[in-house]
Amino acid sequence: MIEAGHVAAFLAFALSLAQGVFGLRGERRLAGLIAVGAFGLMALSFLTLINAFVTSDFSVALVANNSHTLKPMVYKIAGTWGNHEGSMALWCLVTLGFGAAAAGGMRTGRDVFEARALGVQGLLATGALAYLLFASSPYLRLDPAPFQGAELNPLLQDPALAIHPPMLYLGYVGYSFVFALAAAGLMEGRIDRVWAKEARIWSLAAFAPLTIGIALGSYWAYYELGWGGWWFWDPVENASLMPWLIGAALLHSVVVTEKREGFAAWTALLAVLAFLFSILGAFLVRSGVLTSVHAFAVDPERGTLLLIGLLAYGSFALGLFAWRAPKLEGGKAWTLVSREGALMANNLVLVVAALTVLLGTLFPLIAEAFGRTISVGEPYFNLTFVPILVLILILLPIVQAWAWGKADVKGWLRWAASGAGLVLLFVLLGVGPLDISPGAAFGIALGLWLVFGAVWELKRRAITFGRVFKMPRRVWAMTLAHAGLGLFVIGAVVETTGRYEATLALPVGGSDTVAGWVITLDDISSIEGPNWYADRAVLTARRGAQTAVLEPMKRFYPAAAMPTTETAIYKTGTGDLYAALGEQRDVDGEARWVFRVYFNPLVDLLYFGVALIGLAGLLGMWPGGRAIKPAEAEALP
Amino acid sequence: MLAAAVLAYFALRENANLFYTPEVLAEKGLPRAGKEVKVGGWVEPGTLTYADGGATMQFTVIDNSPNTITVRFTGVAPDLFREGQGVVATGSFDAAGQFTAKQLLAKHDENYQPRELKPLEAGG
Repeated sequence: MIEAGHVAAFLAFALSLAQGVFGLRGERRLAGLIAVGAFGLMALSFLTLINAFVTSDFSVALVANNSHTLKPMVYKIAGTWGNHEGSMALWCLVTLGFGAAAAGGMRTGRDVFEARALGVQGLLATGALAYLLFASSPYLRLDPAPFQGAELNPLLQDPALAIHPPMLYLGYVGYSFVFALAAAGLMEGRIDRVWAKEARIWSLAAFAPLTIGIALGSYWAYYELGWGGWWFWDPVENASLMPWLIGAALLHSVVVTEKREGFAAWTALLAVLAFLFSILGAFLVRSGVLTSVHAFAVDPERGTLLLIGLLAYGSFALGLFAWRAPKLEGGKAWTLVSREGALMANNLVLVVAALTVLLGTLFPLIAEAFGRTISVGEPYFNLTFVPILVLILILLPIVQAWAWGKADVKGWLRWAASGAGLVLLFVLLGVGPLDISPGAAFGIALGLWLVFGAVWELKRRAITFGRVFKMPRRVWAMTLAHAGLGLFVIGAVVETTGRYEATLALPVGGSDTVAGWVITLDDISSIEGPNWYADRAVLTARRGAQTAVLEPMKRFYPAAAMPTTETAIYKTGTGDLYAALGEQRDVDGEARWVFRVYFNPLVDLLYFGVALIGLAGLLGMWPGGRAIKPAEAEALP
Repeated sequence: MLAAAVLAYFALRENANLFYTPEVLAEKGLPRAGKEVKVGGWVEPGTLTYADGGATMQFTVIDNSPNTITVRFTGVAPDLFREGQGVVATGSFDAAGQFTAKQLLAKHDENYQPRELKPLEAGG
């Protein structure tokens, strides 16, 4: 079976190369057909890999190294991509999937342009497949086959982590086609309204799953690592945040290109950078050059190959950009106080924010080259990334109402009035009954400001467009995303400033108080799962009339010889009461169990906000809601 | 843009965490009290004790030099924390040289260990 998959992957490789050649020669139909064929072959190949995992075929080295007969079926399947080789196969599959989807989904009416975009996508797929087949093949056999497998890393045996990689890859790899569109547009020297219309849809197709994928990864870290927090500024997290920030900048810039034919060169540059940052992310995660709590399978040699790929793609695209960008049209005139000005500020801030993350992430490497071992932690990011973003969030509700070209001066009056409102909100929250720190009050006020701004914008536009539900979906998408951002800010600020944590060491029957909750250790027992056994604590938490039972576990997976922490979470309505079980300690001859107990207020609001941003991205992809104006239709070929 | 660069420069200067092994500490002296740094080495066997009714652990970190660092940590030890094994702690020193950790990382397995410890292993 697996040999058939191997052959299919080779054929997909050959077809991708053909797609590249015919695409670049401008043969739209042929390139499209080849793209669909290549995807079909790779899908078959991927199915043979899944099949090997499902049937626990340990003669396949990948299965033997990452699976086990006792593992639950869902993790057998997820094990296919829960390792380096399998995840690269998924990367190839998604690359070809985007090629096939684009072959059927592009609507620019420009055959040569579309053919070239497919051609570039074909070459990107060729590179990915070459890396898969020649540097990290999942198709290798073992002889003799072992009787049992070595198990998937138990930390990865988790529902959120089963779908986290496919989501993240849809995002990362989605930007490959945005890259291809930019390259094809630059080859033609046409980054215009028609181009932007197409590029916006594919940017959203990458941005939405990337957002959801990052949220899933964060949620996994929140409950699986047992550290209570949801973001650690870990290099692997930063690796996914950087393309997200660039992608967010791109979504705002591509609108200027679509509506006003402005920012053409800048939009093309961002379209290229989003994918380059995605590969950089893969490099940082896979090469192990940085210390990370998430680095699972690292191999410096593979890292070098990824770096070569990054340099090759980067020099190709940036060279093309340097050659063609000066010839791009400038678009309609605008002043600083206009929607263009506002979106330029947005872009500047998002890109600078991405660069501060890049600097903080790579700085340990730079220092190491000078012989110093250092690391960069949360304080750095809180001092740089956060204030930079706060700047644009304050402005957002005001400037989103600005008109194209030149905004009404009344905007400035609104500015002043809104600013006063924000300060009032801040003072009320801080000085008022809540009794919270100025920083927290400011953060909550900022979040409410964003939600208020989104609702206000909806109302403002609804008057123009008639009824709220007849508004174009993209307006809804924008509003929901900005409201989601506001909810995220509120959740993040409340969680970060209001988190309560304590370490308890309890004998069975003992109790202690955390954040008003009286927590009693009722029992510790041993239980057994399909491929693990565990110590399970039964904690009863009481506050007033509320009673919660928390059952945190410490699991041990014998096949992998690895323990994991399974936290217990009780939703109180205002936050999560969260408990992680530690080790047994001998204190003055008495056996005590250690617990880390947290109260994380409003943490669900934070994830709800991010989910809203992701869903808004999907909604924004949907066409329709408003007919094209005659003036716009004329501009279409 | 320039403001961001200046901000990043100062933030990095203030907040890049230097890595101390017992030997490096003896060489360079104590960092400023309260400044976040990392310390690493092996947990010296037989030095692990508990305080605060069991919530706080205290142990000694050693390397190939005769020097040591005493680390206090309130919380749950990482799953693979063992006496004799490698550990990296993030936290700060007080003026008396007592290190209080807010996070501990232990060596995971043969494939993964804190990068900072690699030179130590090679040397030892």
